[in-house]
Amino acid sequence: MLNPMNTIEEKSRIKLGRRHGIQILNALCVITVLVTLGGCRHSKPEPNPTPREDKLVVFAAASLREAFGHEADEFKKSHPGVEVTFNFAGTQEIRTQLEQGAPADVFASADERHMKALQDAAKVESSTIFAQNEPVLVVSKEKATSIHSLAELPLAERIVVGVPEVPIGKYTLQILEKASRSLGADFETRVEAKIVSRELNVRQVLAKVTLGEADAGIVYRTDLGANRDKVSVVTIPPEFNIIVKYPIAIVKGAPHPVLSQQWASLILSERGQTILRDSGFLVAPAGKAAH
Amino acid sequence: MAGQSLLSAMGGVLVVFLIAPLLGLVTATSFGDFVAGLRHPLVWPALRLSLITTSASLLFVVVFGTPLSWTLARANGRFIRAVEVLTNLPAVIPPAVAGIALLLAFGRRGLLAGWLYPRGWSVAFTTLAVIMAEIFISAPFFVQAATSAFRRLDGNCLVVARTLGASPLRIFFRIGLPMATPSLLAGAAMSWARALGEFGATLMFAGNFTGKTQTLPLAIYTALESNLCAAQALSLLLVVVAFAVLLFVRVVLARTTADEMREY
Repeated sequence: MLNPMNTIEEKSRIKLGRRHGIQILNALCVITVLVTLGGCRHSKPEPNPTPREDKLVVFAAASLREAFGHEADEFKKSHPGVEVTFNFAGTQEIRTQLEQGAPADVFASADERHMKALQDAAKVESSTIFAQNEPVLVVSKEKATSIHSLAELPLAERIVVGVPEVPIGKYTLQILEKASRSLGADFETRVEAKIVSRELNVRQVLAKVTLGEADAGIVYRTDLGANRDKVSVVTIPPEFNIIVKYPIAIVKGAPHPVLSQQWASLILSERGQTILRDSGFLVAPAGKAAH
Repeated sequence: MAGQSLLSAMGGVLVVFLIAPLLGLVTATSFGDFVAGLRHPLVWPALRLSLITTSASLLFVVVFGTPLSWTLARANGRFIRAVEVLTNLPAVIPPAVAGIALLLAFGRRGLLAGWLYPRGWSVAFTTLAVIMAEIFISAPFFVQAATSAFRRLDGNCLVVARTLGASPLRIFFRIGLPMATPSLLAGAAMSWARALGEFGATLMFAGNFTGKTQTLPLAIYTALESNLCAAQALSLLLVVVAFAVLLFVRVVLARTTADEMREY
């Protein structure tokens, strides 16, 4: 009954091919596979065949799409002939895929919690923080003249936020809570009263503000991309804001361990960090290992 | 006989492929998980909303889709063919794109905005928007089934009725509708099933708000973000509800067809 088109079109999916080229079901329907492959039980990872290092499979949070695209161009310069494929999706979805033994080399997460969980389950090696991201307030063109700061957010008639189950929704709640402490206890309630939808991902929030359907929403700065001119961007005061840390790790038993290591090195290098900064990320605190 | 076995075996391949994921859903969800899933706070508001909105959209689709299908089946010409193809289009548009298209038509800045909402309001983010999304996505399934059902009617029968002086409306209600009923019901069931599973257009056009726009598929996706078990239980519930309704329609259908057989 669930429509597979919805999940497929939301992210560029790679073919999770097995050794004999049997395309597994989740190219057809992510949800069906999530529930079919053992569900609440955790399945064992597949044994890896001896690999040829001519390919790299990167699983990354959807917000990294633009930046990692540029990183791949850079990577191919020093690795001609190597094919870099991506699976961009919500961090939670990727975590589930990795728990089900999806054949990935590198995992770049938008959330430390999911990375920690995968480490505890021995699905990934140790992780390093490689970037930071910052939620911002986006306001539709119609309301741009009346909302200039977070404090003026209750002036919006329709606010869209992320559902609390996804990271941006969780951060939004934390921001509102922090803001309430200095903007008045009813700030959060006044904002809540204007919330018309709790979206399942950041792109849905941004789309609705971009189209003017909603007046305001909270998204990551890096999500603005080509829509930067179609909305008005309001920075959230640092004392209220949540800085989101992005950890990267090599997947345990990665089919291409050498290339994985080199990819991680590029991301953490000066060049790699410049690319991330150009896409709106804040650079990582120098060389700190996360866990 | 061997030929029939071959055909059955080929059909069996498809059946296995279609049933395997459903079976996976059933076996991966223990009874305890299922019960816990049913206690999930999102379940009942979502199920209620799904049943209300799909009933409303089905009613609209049948009330307006049946006359449309009748017209398409009776009339000829390029214009009519073009209209028929156009009404099929929503079935091939990816649902999220359909959602954007609905916003571009009925949204705040949409084509009809100036006319529909002089005061800046819009239908987006309301239960009505959920119903509209479901109608848009599911109507083609009914219209297609109904049009081909009306086309299959015995033309002589209609001509005779006309020569005996029956008005077009009388022919539609007394001959067309009764003769096509089984196919219309089957088409309505498919259309309803598609509306029940609708996700992409609803999320885009109506958003996701518990009790107001969060239908069962949206609740499943929301639960999937935090709790795979709950999502599985909800999926199972959706499948069970759909199965029960579709089975009911099939049984009714079989009975009415059998009755008709006896009449003739």
